[in-house]
Amino acid sequence: MLHKPSLSRKIFLGFNYVILIGLGLLCFLPIVHILAVSLSSKWAATAGVVKLWPVDFTLASYQYVLNKPQFMVAMWITVQRVVLGTAISMLLTLLIAYPLSKEPKDFKFRTQYAWFFVFTTLFSGGLIPRYMTIRDTGLIDTLWALIIPGAVAVFNVILLLNFFRGLPKELEESCFIDGGGYITSLWNIYAPLSLPAMATVTLFTIVGQWNEWFDGLLLMNSPEKYPLSSYLQTIIVQTNLTNITADDAAALADVSNRTFKAAQIFIGSLPILLLYPFLQRFFVKGIVLGSVKE
Amino acid sequence: MLDKKFRRQWPLHLMILPGVIIVLIYSYWPMVGIAMAFQKFVPFKGLFGSEWIGLDNFRYVFDLPETGQIIWNTVFIAFMKIIGGLIVPIVVSLLLNELRNELIKRGVQTLVYLPHFLSWVILGGIFIDILSPTSGIVNQVLGLFGIEPIFFLGSNKWFPYTLVITDIWKEFGFSTIVYLAALTSINPALYEAATVDGANRWKQTWHITLPGMLPIIILLATLSLGNVLNAGFDQVFNLYSPQVYESGDILDTFIYRIGMQGAQYGVATAIGLFKSIISFVFIVVSYSLASKFANYRIF
Repeated sequence: MLHKPSLSRKIFLGFNYVILIGLGLLCFLPIVHILAVSLSSKWAATAGVVKLWPVDFTLASYQYVLNKPQFMVAMWITVQRVVLGTAISMLLTLLIAYPLSKEPKDFKFRTQYAWFFVFTTLFSGGLIPRYMTIRDTGLIDTLWALIIPGAVAVFNVILLLNFFRGLPKELEESCFIDGGGYITSLWNIYAPLSLPAMATVTLFTIVGQWNEWFDGLLLMNSPEKYPLSSYLQTIIVQTNLTNITADDAAALADVSNRTFKAAQIFIGSLPILLLYPFLQRFFVKGIVLGSVKE
Repeated sequence: MLDKKFRRQWPLHLMILPGVIIVLIYSYWPMVGIAMAFQKFVPFKGLFGSEWIGLDNFRYVFDLPETGQIIWNTVFIAFMKIIGGLIVPIVVSLLLNELRNELIKRGVQTLVYLPHFLSWVILGGIFIDILSPTSGIVNQVLGLFGIEPIFFLGSNKWFPYTLVITDIWKEFGFSTIVYLAALTSINPALYEAATVDGANRWKQTWHITLPGMLPIIILLATLSLGNVLNAGFDQVFNLYSPQVYESGDILDTFIYRIGMQGAQYGVATAIGLFKSIISFVFIVVSYSLASKFANYRIF
């Protein structure tokens, strides 16, 4: 900058720092508060004296939660769906994105196939027909109900196919000259070269699988088959006190399960918080990937 | 000729086949299932055995006293989210752009899009806790300023605004990053030239930064048009309760309650079809606007 900043600019910059740091904290402090509540004793949480630091520190609520058999069962179902769901979804994404990244002259029905997939993002049969279809294919109450119906993520396909298109075609041509076919080319050239893009899409898929709660609620008839997120939904949200008036709520001893809920909220968000540094790194990359078009 | 070409391309068809089958079954077959909107659908009779009743399901829905209010809630909440979701990130990214301290800039960026990755189950749990009128920390803080406890999630006056604000809180970081990415592509020479010409920061923002962001603003604005009937099922479902149905019940939650809890499959499908058709029209319009004004292509 050529000039010394003027007084009004200094005041503006001062305010700007305060506002933005405040905004940043506003996005983060609710989670800190919940963590503090989860580590506080029952009376402290009930009395509402916990702010951002545990009062009367105890791990009791975590012990309680982790000793609940249903919690561990739900966790195991979630682990299975994350691993299987991500693997299957990624494989399908790769197998769809590669042919669609070809020009129509190399893959005759490329445009028709692309519209076949994109149309599903524009129009859908809606909740009930979808439920009936999943029911009719016999997936209700099985792990596959959480994996197969949503396995084709069109957004990820588009992301990856745009990345494929950005790769130099000469690489593939050299593979063809060496006598390789499309499968060799996908496996030996496209897949290794698109590792950063694949990593981005994989991370998003893992987060999506971990977070998805509605399909469990919808497609599992017995709560023992819920994945963790659906189980948490029934524990944390469905038993909420908002449909009781303020006076009633104060009179209820039930408020003491606030620390248990807080502990479960925190455990439910922990994997996301742990993945976050990676998510953040790939996040901007993912946005850029999606916008790279020829 | 065609035969030869197909023989060379068959691995491509084979690769795409599993995806095609899954989409055919789980995305296209439900579209056939929309037929139940015109039926008195009974599951054990199936789509081919159930009685056809024409438009009776639609008549039934539009005669319900709450339907008008629910459509209004949906559009009102969705519209406010669209507007807020556009303005807030633009302002925040402009403010972030003024920061010269890289560490603080990166730190703020890191914090603001954390909520984007958390589900509404987790965030619902957090908001139910911190917005509680008795023990919630938000009302404790407001109390310091002498404000009476507000029943954010339980009063019809506050509920829709709580939905809009918490949704913007969750998502503004995402668009902010998109805008910041667009800002980095503005040529720094423009700012130097403007400084030489005596333009202050405000004028630089108005004449260089904002025009530089305009294409991406137009893109996000037109694409968000497709959301006019998406008031956010995940959020509403995890935050609402019967006492705020009046102000917070939206089409998607209504469909769920009627269809899955009330087992009125035909009626729920009819409302779903109503929503799908209107959304489809808006999405197609928004995509064509986006391709016209922002050179946007889906693939």
